[in-house]
Amino acid sequence: MHFVVCLKQVPDTSEVRIDPNTNTLMREGVPSIINPYDAHALEEAIRLRDKMGGKVTIVSMGPPQAKEALRKAMSFGADRAILLTDRGFAGSDSLATAYILTVAIQKIHAEEPIDIVFTGKEAIDGDTAQTGPGIAQRLGFPQLTYGIRVREIDNTSVTVERKTEGGREVAKALLPALITVEKEMNELRYATLPDMMKAAVYEPEMWDAKSLPYDTAEMGLKGSPTSVSRIFPPPGRSGGERIDATTDPKGAVANLVEKVFQENIIMVHPAVKGGRA
Amino acid sequence: MSVVVDKTKCIGCGACVVECPVEALDLVDGTATVDPAKCKETGSCVTVCPANALSLEAKAAAPAAKKADAGAAKEFNAKEPLPKAVQDYAKTNAAKSAPVAGGDVWSGVWIIVEYNHGRIAPVSWELLGEGRKLADVIGCELCAVITGYQVDHVIREAFAYGAEKVYVIDDPVLENFRTEPYAEAITGLVRKYQPEIILMGATAIGRDVFPAVATRLRTGLTADCTVLGIDPETKLLQQTRPAFGGNIMATILCRSRRPQMSTVRPRVMAMPARVEGRSGEIVREQQSMTEDEIRTKVLEFIPGDAKSIFLDKAEIIVAVGLGIASQKNLPLVEELADSLGATLACTRGVVEAGWMSHDHQVGQTGVTVRPKVYIAIGISGAIQHLVGMETSDYIIAVNNDPEAGIFRVANYGILGDLFQVVPLLTAEFKKRLQHGVAN
Repeated sequence: MHFVVCLKQVPDTSEVRIDPNTNTLMREGVPSIINPYDAHALEEAIRLRDKMGGKVTIVSMGPPQAKEALRKAMSFGADRAILLTDRGFAGSDSLATAYILTVAIQKIHAEEPIDIVFTGKEAIDGDTAQTGPGIAQRLGFPQLTYGIRVREIDNTSVTVERKTEGGREVAKALLPALITVEKEMNELRYATLPDMMKAAVYEPEMWDAKSLPYDTAEMGLKGSPTSVSRIFPPPGRSGGERIDATTDPKGAVANLVEKVFQENIIMVHPAVKGGRA
Repeated sequence: MSVVVDKTKCIGCGACVVECPVEALDLVDGTATVDPAKCKETGSCVTVCPANALSLEAKAAAPAAKKADAGAAKEFNAKEPLPKAVQDYAKTNAAKSAPVAGGDVWSGVWIIVEYNHGRIAPVSWELLGEGRKLADVIGCELCAVITGYQVDHVIREAFAYGAEKVYVIDDPVLENFRTEPYAEAITGLVRKYQPEIILMGATAIGRDVFPAVATRLRTGLTADCTVLGIDPETKLLQQTRPAFGGNIMATILCRSRRPQMSTVRPRVMAMPARVEGRSGEIVREQQSMTEDEIRTKVLEFIPGDAKSIFLDKAEIIVAVGLGIASQKNLPLVEELADSLGATLACTRGVVEAGWMSHDHQVGQTGVTVRPKVYIAIGISGAIQHLVGMETSDYIIAVNNDPEAGIFRVANYGILGDLFQVVPLLTAEFKKRLQHGVAN
């Protein structure tokens, strides 16, 4: 079976800080990582390949530096990695990004028919969760989002447990299909030493806008219907009352609890038999 | 001389690249870069930059203009009003961006009502409340869209919550949510009736089907909005959402394609009043997709465990951050939660440390909560966490760092050692509540 994994190199947003003086992002020294959800998507593809036989192809869109993320991904045992990189791709929103990835996936599909496309449920630098479904629509594949377990797979269908509002759902889709992956889907592996050595010298294939039949009106800034009109620091709630509990914790806590009940922030209701109603 | 890019401020959005009339700007490695040979210093890029990263240098080479232009070299400051010339430019520029909302082709604000497994997602009604405000500013209709099976009671509710008109597709293939028939149903209605704005909750379903619909319509979609507004001049929908992991807020526009689409975080917009007995026009359409054409089947629905369902509906939440230092200290906060009958929650850090499961995580990548009382224990208050809880009615925070971000949103901030404060709080609450329960 042929599994394609869409993978994005992202800044580790948990390391991004705001400069309190200028209210701008401090992006210097922020490490680049494989989008965590994509790492789980890759892991699942590799597991299924090991079980079913076949191949795992990684495709990523990004600047030339994203090669590092692809090498890292190769060290986990993928078979092929392709980086879509072109200045014309820059500034793409999720609609244009899905278009760019789709055209590449169609080429891969024409070479070796794909059974499943895996993506992370979202990227941590954008949190939109739109690129995966966008690719599925353009490819005409059914989509199963927020996957937490692949229950069954055969040559014609896949059954996935997925997270949804208020619970989990078991859904079956005919292949080829696209699955977006939650972290719960699997535990990430560690790369083996031989795989790391092999990956260190691996050169990902580089495809630019000219290597594929791209319509330039659909990619980059031109192909992006959404644009940022303003950015600003998140609104702060005005801080309320500060209670110092460093010297007299007991008094401070008694003082707070008194206020909490006086202001009806917490109210006491008669106990109902059998506990909280 | 040419425009100067402050690379520390540039967010690589590309607004300037699109704007530049002489194509002197380009994005290189994610930041705007100027070709000095092409730049004519029109200044148009300066006005569109959302991050104030661009500025015009003083034209030192033109001595006659030196004095008059001295101000232009100054750091661009968002707090200062824009120079008049720039304001005028912004106006003429805004007029260019057609089509604007309120036109006669694309008209109306639509709310997609989420109804699945017999449950209406409350965010649907929150959006009818918010949609009313947007429709009033634009001066257009507010409509609800209901796609599902056996939905007559949902139609009544949509009118009660303020819809003027309800579009309905009622068909057995829509009984359980599946992307293909839902995307087909919504896309078909949009193509036929051409609303200018469509909104849906940023739930698992909204975030699944809306990207599919937007892709079919080749229009823009902004995910997870927390603030919506209408630009008074262009009538464009201003879609504001946290970006870069919640470190900044970004206002997004979809200038030239329709409809403008957003998913909106649940529990951010206020629930409107329900008025029994309201009614309006019902427009029924047929589902065009048959069961044989649908390639997905829902085999089973497993309702979630009480805790994960309960979190976003909890009245009182006790949440814990990495300040708790170790998993073995968790009983401390569990006792506090028990004393109040509260639900336990945590930050992303605690989940990543493996101390609590993701079901309990509040914030950007977890659940958004809006309880009556949110007690934050040892939580520093990273913005990713704050966006998930700052609309709580009352926030009480315990932290030993006077600079902790959580204090900026807390109604009561207790500065102290949580290992001293929490047991005292538990004891006080127990004492007060010995003859009753809290809510």
